[in-house]
Amino acid sequence: MSVSLSANEAASAPVENRERRILGLTAEGWLRILAPLAIGIVALGAWEWAVRANDVPSYILPGPVEIGRTLVRDWGTLRVSLWITLEITFAALFVAALLGVALAVLFAQSRMIELSLFPYAVILQVTPIVAIAPLIIIWVDDIRIALLICAWIVAFFPILSNTTLGLNSADHNLQDLFRLYRASRWQVLRRLRLPTAMPYFLGGLRISGGLALIGAIVAEFVAGTGGRASGLAYRILEAGYQLQIPRMFAALVLISVTGVVIFLAMTLVSHLALRHWHESAMKERK
Amino acid sequence: MEGSVLQAAAVAGPPVVRLAGVGKRYANGTVAVQGVELGIARGDFVSLLGPSGCGKSTVLRMVAGLIAPTTGRIEMAAGGHASGDIGFVFQEPTLMPWANALKNVMLPLRLAGVNRGEAGERAAAALASVGLAGFERSYPRALSGGMKMRVSIARALVTRPRLLLMDEPFAALDEITRHRLNNDLLTLWQAERFTAIFVTHSVFESVYLSRRIVVMAARPGRVVADIEVNATYPRGEAFRTSAEYAAHCRQVSEALHRAMGE
Repeated sequence: MSVSLSANEAASAPVENRERRILGLTAEGWLRILAPLAIGIVALGAWEWAVRANDVPSYILPGPVEIGRTLVRDWGTLRVSLWITLEITFAALFVAALLGVALAVLFAQSRMIELSLFPYAVILQVTPIVAIAPLIIIWVDDIRIALLICAWIVAFFPILSNTTLGLNSADHNLQDLFRLYRASRWQVLRRLRLPTAMPYFLGGLRISGGLALIGAIVAEFVAGTGGRASGLAYRILEAGYQLQIPRMFAALVLISVTGVVIFLAMTLVSHLALRHWHESAMKERK
Repeated sequence: MEGSVLQAAAVAGPPVVRLAGVGKRYANGTVAVQGVELGIARGDFVSLLGPSGCGKSTVLRMVAGLIAPTTGRIEMAAGGHASGDIGFVFQEPTLMPWANALKNVMLPLRLAGVNRGEAGERAAAALASVGLAGFERSYPRALSGGMKMRVSIARALVTRPRLLLMDEPFAALDEITRHRLNNDLLTLWQAERFTAIFVTHSVFESVYLSRRIVVMAARPGRVVADIEVNATYPRGEAFRTSAEYAAHCRQVSEALHRAMGE
């Protein structure tokens, strides 16, 4: 007698869903791109038409074509500002991820630490950033650091709370298994709790990416720093003062596009990290 | 009673595990098991059989050292409680979804500090021994229920434990797969010579697999009968349809019904 797999078992293994692909995307994938694109084109067309038909002056509402032209014309200044905003956003996101995970790991070590510190994390989260940004800008000399702190405060909570939840969600039987094999605290953390927390952390990161951008913009608005080295929010303020409404819109477009790109990037990272095993990444195939 | 005589016959040599007056009362006051006296002989295949709530899983978890008894004591043979000396198979496959089959099986070795290369080789051999050669790189989600359970068994056996504890491992599988895994488990047991304690609520499964069946009753959980199944191994499909098998099933079934007060 020898041990081998029965045909019955092998046949009942789940089969990978293989759909027909057109240029690397499924029909569903194309729909997901083309449908919103069509809506966007129709809406922009209607906007442009309304502006031209009613002779709306550009300092009230510029049409999309003029906004596009301004974007190209002022790209030199806007690019510098975009870069500065991006720097602050990503630095804040990076620090939020690092500190969020570190604190979550600390919380996971003892219920006592979690219970005593978590309320303060909540307080930090619910305090409106517009209200405390002026204080932070006064207290911190370096304006870049002040902006970074503001963006970090907004971005940090979802990562902390999600990762904490994930670290505490390890399967009970797997915990027993690790106990059976006398795993150390560190081994349990590295081989069981951190991998379990991964999808939760990535979910938090996806939310925090957008929040870091919002935090950075809000703080820039409050700081209102001038000069060449200022972010997109200041370009909006400046354009408003000078009644250069098309440029204001161009900066706004850049902020929205940046937010969407950050969201898509985080979604991609999450998909790549989880595609082998997690339900959320597998649904994309259906 | 017939049980005690047969128990004495089965326990040859020093027992691998001995439970002396073992009881477990949970914090909420529930008495899960009470006064369990049980010796498991080296190399034996013992089933703990009983209705749900009879504490058979509790006994198994106490033997594994996952929970401590509130009364009595559990004695292990020398070296019996070292890491890797006990294998445990849960009712669910309990695999790490983020790791492929090979990495799942490597886990006990890696936790014990075996280097990656050697752990990989031994894990691949364990996977081959349960019929899963060629599935090393498969993730759990791509495997069927029976295949996942095979990975789980390979993981329990990879440290070459002296004692293999199984908690209703095949309860969730379809009957064809269950029969197949029963046969494969017996083959592995004969080849590797470990001692097996198998928790089940199926009379047929316990008779087919075991050399000895410990029948338990609920409220409070206790041992009520100890029955020897003296049919020779290897047992195959012919045994399943034999008169001997049917007679044992009837005997165990009656003991179980008496235990449940019918």
